[in-house]
Amino acid sequence: MSGLEVEELSKRFGAFTAVDRVSLNVPKGSFVCLLGPSGCGKTTLLRMVAGLEEPSEGRVRLEGEDMTSTPTHQRNIGMVFQSLALFTHLSVGQNIAYALRIRGIAREAQDKRAQELLEMVHLGGFADRPVAKLSGGQRQRVAIARALAHSPRLFLLDEPLSALDAKLREAMQVELRQLQQSLGITTVVVTHDQREAMTMADLVVVMGEGRVRQAATPIEVYRNPADAFVAGFIGSTNLLPVTRAADGAALLWGSPVDGLAMPAELASGVLSVRPEDVHLQAAGTGTLDARITFVRDLGATVETFLCTNDTTFISVASPRERGPFSVGHTVGVSLPATRCLVFAA
Amino acid sequence: MRREPPRRLADYAPLVFPGLMLLVFFVVPFGTMTAVSFFRRQQGGFYTPDFVLDNYGRFLSPFFGNVLLFSILLAVAVALACVALALPFTFTLSRMARRTQVLWLVAMLSVLSLSEVIIGFAWSTLLSRTAGITNILVALGLMESPRALVPSLGAVLTAMIYQALPYTVLVMYPALVRLDPTLLEAARTLGASPLRAFFNVVVPALRNTLVATVIMVFVFALGSYLLPQILGRPTHWTLSVLITDQAVYQSNMPFSAAMAVFLVLLSLALVGLTVLVGRKDDGQ
Repeated sequence: MSGLEVEELSKRFGAFTAVDRVSLNVPKGSFVCLLGPSGCGKTTLLRMVAGLEEPSEGRVRLEGEDMTSTPTHQRNIGMVFQSLALFTHLSVGQNIAYALRIRGIAREAQDKRAQELLEMVHLGGFADRPVAKLSGGQRQRVAIARALAHSPRLFLLDEPLSALDAKLREAMQVELRQLQQSLGITTVVVTHDQREAMTMADLVVVMGEGRVRQAATPIEVYRNPADAFVAGFIGSTNLLPVTRAADGAALLWGSPVDGLAMPAELASGVLSVRPEDVHLQAAGTGTLDARITFVRDLGATVETFLCTNDTTFISVASPRERGPFSVGHTVGVSLPATRCLVFAA
Repeated sequence: MRREPPRRLADYAPLVFPGLMLLVFFVVPFGTMTAVSFFRRQQGGFYTPDFVLDNYGRFLSPFFGNVLLFSILLAVAVALACVALALPFTFTLSRMARRTQVLWLVAMLSVLSLSEVIIGFAWSTLLSRTAGITNILVALGLMESPRALVPSLGAVLTAMIYQALPYTVLVMYPALVRLDPTLLEAARTLGASPLRAFFNVVVPALRNTLVATVIMVFVFALGSYLLPQILGRPTHWTLSVLITDQAVYQSNMPFSAAMAVFLVLLSLALVGLTVLVGRKDDGQ
């Protein structure tokens, strides 16, 4: 069953198109990340799903029910805002119970549910504290608990973890994912952090310039990006110019990449290869030769910056695989054809 | 921006000028007035230095009590009406396009440039029988014949609210512009209708601003002495009118000074009380 369906949804602000005919189908109970650079329309899309922004065109369906013209407060959704938007005049418990208070639920039931949710986000015993006395991570948990209090059909989060420091953010990603799985609630998260998307999502929707560039599982998006934009945005990648040889092989600055053919429709394009798939060997034995300009030894991995034909690209290897190369050496670079993708430039 | 607290005497230098102004133009005149309020009045003329409590003793009359009560209630009514009108207006304004906001604020400021006299006479014309708005109602067939709406309490209230509203909007505006718009949106996603969200979330978030605004308009309205005279009956005269009357027409400086001192102390007490009540609520 479909949890959330978005059909040909567009939003225009004057002459500017923020969201351009986006269609999505999110299965019930799954976790979707809308991922993209700032200004790609992901937040506008989320706000339209929440009913906070009116779509210029298109439809929004929640569990099969058309919600396009239903006001926000009747959609039965839960949302966590980037600013968290906690009500500072209320205590932690009152914040969480707000949705229940609105629905006229008895006081005791409100308190019980608030307790339950606080336990769930590991804040048991915080009910009577003022919001102002909480730390960033605790506020985050309160915002999550508040959005889930009324058991919504859809859980929306707009850059929920962006205010937290890196370490806490990683921990919260795991926690959020576990919470979502235990509740089985359809969830949509907006983020610009691809690690966050990879950690949490069943389905990653990469957006650029108001359009969906690719919607697939995290590993599919990483291994098999749909275009150069997706490849560049998800993880780091090397983008190198390739041209087509007479026999259809891909030429990298004139040298053929072993076993790699250009797609039939392209005369030239960009070759995308992940840094971990760029291997170094003795000069003259690889696809091409390059000079080492910098080595960043991070302990767990070693990043080697290579330069050839005025283009810099990166090879990443574990310290064990590291060859006897250092800055200034010329090395051979081999690119396994199965790990290379060619896109239109 | 973080600033260091002043440490040396020279660090306080910027305070000298405003401090001096406050001393010369407020503390000294207020002191003189307080002193005069204890002086003895000389029939038909001036006053002689003395220390008598007669001037304050006159407050104990029921007439004085009624005027005082009326003055306070009028000021409270004006303050509450202004805040009730200005809050939804300013809230809507703060969510409009920048250009629209500027236009409205300029219009508001232009009302401030009108003197109390002009406002008073403009309203007395607008509410009169011969040239007033009732003529429009007659023309529209909603009324039988034109009617004079002045002098009346309604006219006094209308003009005082008209005069104080721009101040109210301007005081509230910065707080409303700074208000996080996602607070309201959060309440809506949790199931609150826009109106309910406004009262549940926006009003409590602005509580301190609202209290401060009520106090400001209250004090402002308490000092109004022209509008009640132009637009009201003698029963609608406030303490400020009485003070003017005693000082200017009856030449009774000691009594008017006593009334003025009393009014200042009373407003201070009321403001203090409001702040105190507000603080108690915070503790809970």
